[in-house]
Amino acid sequence: MNDMRTMDNAVLNETKITARDVHVHYGTTHAIKGVDVDIADRTVTAFIGPSGCGKSTFLRCLNRMNDTIPGAVVTGEIKIDEADIYDPRVDPVQLRAKVGMVFQKPNPFPKSIYDNVAYGPKIHGLARNKAELDEIVEKALRRGAIWDEVKDRLHAPGTGLSGGQQQRLCIARAVATEPEILLMDEPCSALDPIATAQVEELIDELRQNFSVVIVTHSMQQAARVSQRTAFFHLGNLVEYGETGKIFTNPEDSRTESYISGRIG
Amino acid sequence: MQRLAAGLDAAVARGTLTNAAARDLPPEALRAQMASQGVALGSDVTPATRDAALHWRRISGTGDLARGIAVIGLALAGAAWGIRRARPDFRARNAVERAMRGVLISAALIAILSTVGIVLALVFNTIEFFRLYPAAEFFFGTTWSPSFGGGSELGILPLLWGTLYISLIALLVAVPIGLFAAVYLAEYAHRNVRAWAKPMLEMLAGIPTIVYGLFALLTVGPLLVEAFGRGGWLGLGWMQGGTAVMTAGLVMGIMLIPFVSSLSDDIINAVPQSLRDGSLGLGATRSETIRQVVLPAALPGIVGAVLLAASRAIGETMIVVLGAGAAARLSMNPFDAMTTVTAKIVSQLTGDADFSSPEALVAFALGMTLFVITLALNVVALWIVRRYREQYE
Amino acid sequence: MTDIPQSGAFPADRPAPKGGSLLVTDARTKKRNRAERRFKAYGIAALGIGMLFLVALLWAILSNGLTAFTQSYVQLDVPLLEEKLDKDGDRDPAKIAKVSTFGYAPLIEQALTDLVERTGVETELAPKALTKILSSSAAAQLRDRVLANPELIGQTVSVELLASSRVDGYLKGRVSRASLARDKNLDAEHLDLIDAWRDAGLVEKRFNWDFITGADASDSRPEQAGIGVAMLGSLFMMLVVLILSLPIGVAASIYLEEFAPQNRLTDLIEVNISNLAAVPSIVFGILGLAVFIQFMHLPQSAPLVGGLVLTLMTLPTIIISTRASLKSVPPSIRNAALGVGASKMQAVTHHVLPLAMPGILTGTILGLAQALGETAPLLLIGMVGYIATNYPEGVAEGFLAPNSAMPAQIYEWAKRADPAFYERAWGGIIVLLVFLLAMNLIAVLLRRRFERRW
Repeated sequence: MNDMRTMDNAVLNETKITARDVHVHYGTTHAIKGVDVDIADRTVTAFIGPSGCGKSTFLRCLNRMNDTIPGAVVTGEIKIDEADIYDPRVDPVQLRAKVGMVFQKPNPFPKSIYDNVAYGPKIHGLARNKAELDEIVEKALRRGAIWDEVKDRLHAPGTGLSGGQQQRLCIARAVATEPEILLMDEPCSALDPIATAQVEELIDELRQNFSVVIVTHSMQQAARVSQRTAFFHLGNLVEYGETGKIFTNPEDSRTESYISGRIG
Repeated sequence: MQRLAAGLDAAVARGTLTNAAARDLPPEALRAQMASQGVALGSDVTPATRDAALHWRRISGTGDLARGIAVIGLALAGAAWGIRRARPDFRARNAVERAMRGVLISAALIAILSTVGIVLALVFNTIEFFRLYPAAEFFFGTTWSPSFGGGSELGILPLLWGTLYISLIALLVAVPIGLFAAVYLAEYAHRNVRAWAKPMLEMLAGIPTIVYGLFALLTVGPLLVEAFGRGGWLGLGWMQGGTAVMTAGLVMGIMLIPFVSSLSDDIINAVPQSLRDGSLGLGATRSETIRQVVLPAALPGIVGAVLLAASRAIGETMIVVLGAGAAARLSMNPFDAMTTVTAKIVSQLTGDADFSSPEALVAFALGMTLFVITLALNVVALWIVRRYREQYE
Repeated sequence: MTDIPQSGAFPADRPAPKGGSLLVTDARTKKRNRAERRFKAYGIAALGIGMLFLVALLWAILSNGLTAFTQSYVQLDVPLLEEKLDKDGDRDPAKIAKVSTFGYAPLIEQALTDLVERTGVETELAPKALTKILSSSAAAQLRDRVLANPELIGQTVSVELLASSRVDGYLKGRVSRASLARDKNLDAEHLDLIDAWRDAGLVEKRFNWDFITGADASDSRPEQAGIGVAMLGSLFMMLVVLILSLPIGVAASIYLEEFAPQNRLTDLIEVNISNLAAVPSIVFGILGLAVFIQFMHLPQSAPLVGGLVLTLMTLPTIIISTRASLKSVPPSIRNAALGVGASKMQAVTHHVLPLAMPGILTGTILGLAQALGETAPLLLIGMVGYIATNYPEGVAEGFLAPNSAMPAQIYEWAKRADPAFYERAWGGIIVLLVFLLAMNLIAVLLRRRFERRW
């Protein structure tokens, strides 16, 4: 695959997110057990691991989406650009504008395509007038690699698109608020192979502007799109390193077992 | 007459009268005799009634005998048929089950039967009414003044106006409160709060309407008069008496809160969590998410819920009978007493109404109107709600 | 929803440029957070108002109705003079029975005058006026007592007689001296007597069993009115509803849920049921009047007819809840039964139905509770309150003789002119609500006890 290309520019970028000793409890469940990780800017970082290993939970810590789940307690330190996002002074609303998120199932709002994309910029007040908003929407749709398909029907409902188009619309919606980090929670699990290929191609392009963190349980996908890979198992971060290395020469025996299909 | 016959039966049974004596007793003495047997008769017994009663006794006696013979005969015939049919290759289970299935189907048909009953009862009597009173004057008349002596004016408009006005006030109370309560319970409230607040609110729906009627008549009405009446706290003098559109509307609104909130709560919960996550993930606050994503998505269902509540308000009887007053008038002042279709159905049909007079029959025409309006609202509302549910299934 | 920040979609000042610290909340976010708090406050307020209404309703019921459960009685020593009640002195019950209540009234007058003297209260009231202290049923009460026990004649017996509703109201704080100024039924002088006698322990309030077990009384005797007979009327109606609606409802649900083919007829039945559930109750009253009374000539005001009408009203509720509980029995149970050679009918009656039974009963109880509180249709078939003055004799009478029902009795009291009846109406509501609460409690317990997770 494209291991060779990922090798060269992965290491160059500076650190965007630093997590130290992160624990998550859901009621009595200890879901994340002391995770330390540094995520680089303008890089695609993949979280892999068997179901229930905590990779999605950890992802949701990065934009404090866990706050919306009653009973979830997060301890430890997560810094984005040197600011602790669990500091009481941080408003999660403001944080989430900076850390966008794309979900497992495409979830366009029951609104027009245009309104779906304009939703974020409107609530964050990113446009001064209609022309600017139009511009933002168009730019986002182009970045979402869906502009050509929908430019003639911007006011058609977003729910009328195909699954792959819907997911790219959701990506466009997320990038429209100009985030610095994009979190993707198994973005292709509900898509067919062709749509998956389109979304993966898009993810690779997004690397130019954003720091992308993607959770996936397809190891092939992790190998295809990411430069760095973190392997989670039972709430622990087992191994973290460059994607090529993880897949060809893992240090931990559990990683090797998972990759070779013996666990998970 | 039947009472007399029953009384005679009792008397004969107790041995105070013999059959022969009953036949010979003068009619005047019968009443006294019956009274002593504990059978009160409304009027003096005429010879004709006495004879009728005696005849009744005779034929019902014959009837009893005939019934006995018929039952025994049927039983014997059944037994014979059963013995004849009992062969090794006869699948009794199948026959029994066919019969049982027939019973089940007829039970299910009772639902249709009662609808047919409602429609027939309403239609026949309404036609009868329109024979005596012109339909155009009923539907477009602006005066409602029935008098059993004749010369009534029976225009439905003042009643419809009262009904709609009260329902409107009720919805103005119930929809915002119910909807906001539902939003809070569905989106904000902690599980524990929800666990006790929801059943508490639903208690309001379990309280019989007569209780609300009494509450309107004896508590809310006087309270409103103290506020809005002559020499009240606000010194406005808008209200003449405790019974008014406002009284009934306000209390009906309280009754409807749980209808709106329960249905809306279900509907809001049916909005997929992924939409909320999507909006929150973009950095929207909870209220922005609710107003701009959840409520628009839930809107059709909420409209259905409001229509159901409206149909409930229009058909509500006890609150308006006790709380709204009896005067049929077309007025804009919500502090005036007005009356409704349902209240007038009650007042035209209670008491010793003569069912052939237009003043009594008009109740059936009112009932027909009420039935058609509420049915239309229900059909539309249920259709909307069902389509909404399918959308997210 | 006035503060949708849509108007602020195009602000003049752009937010802090990218890279602004997360630790500083910008102005726009602050504004949005305020809107958020406001919105949440609306929700809490709405919920609070709803709760407030509930509390106000319960408070109105309890504060006005609890007093109906106590009643004032006057302790009186009445001389049962032989020359008035039994001139011949032979204690012949037939002759004693001929003495009407008018024969007893002077004795009571006499006893009251004696009591005034004995307690030494100064009063200018004539002996005749004194009787206003007592219920107008006092003479009848005394007569009943003598008829039950003729041996009392000639003695002076100590009896407790019902005080009149005004006196009762005074002792309960409902009637004040000021309000008596416009009332010709009682004067302030009477109240002086009452005050004196209360201190002497001759007038007292006691728990009012007669309210719970008694019959309705005429307009002039609110102190005597009870809800017992109407309660019995309700009971007979509920029996009719239960006997009819449970089997029919269950049978209809089984057919629709387990056997019905997907065709027009089934659709028609389904649409019908869901719409019937929302037909105003008064329309069912019209149905009952036209079909059961006008057409089938069943007796007016009879609990049987009321029960039939309420059955038709309750059926949709029962069918809907029964179908839900049948649906919750997993198909694996049916398949298991069918797999060992049971017929479809056997699978349903032997396996599915017993498992669904708790749910069905819960739904039935809730349906009955709803029917128990229903008033409007009863008014149309003549089950109004004032006929609930006698207990039915026997079970057949219970179904067929004219009677009222609790809610209709409450309505009747609410309509009467004398405010003393309002206390009875509120009290009746408490009785009704106790029944409803008990039924709901049973339903909840049933659900808890048999709740199953598949």
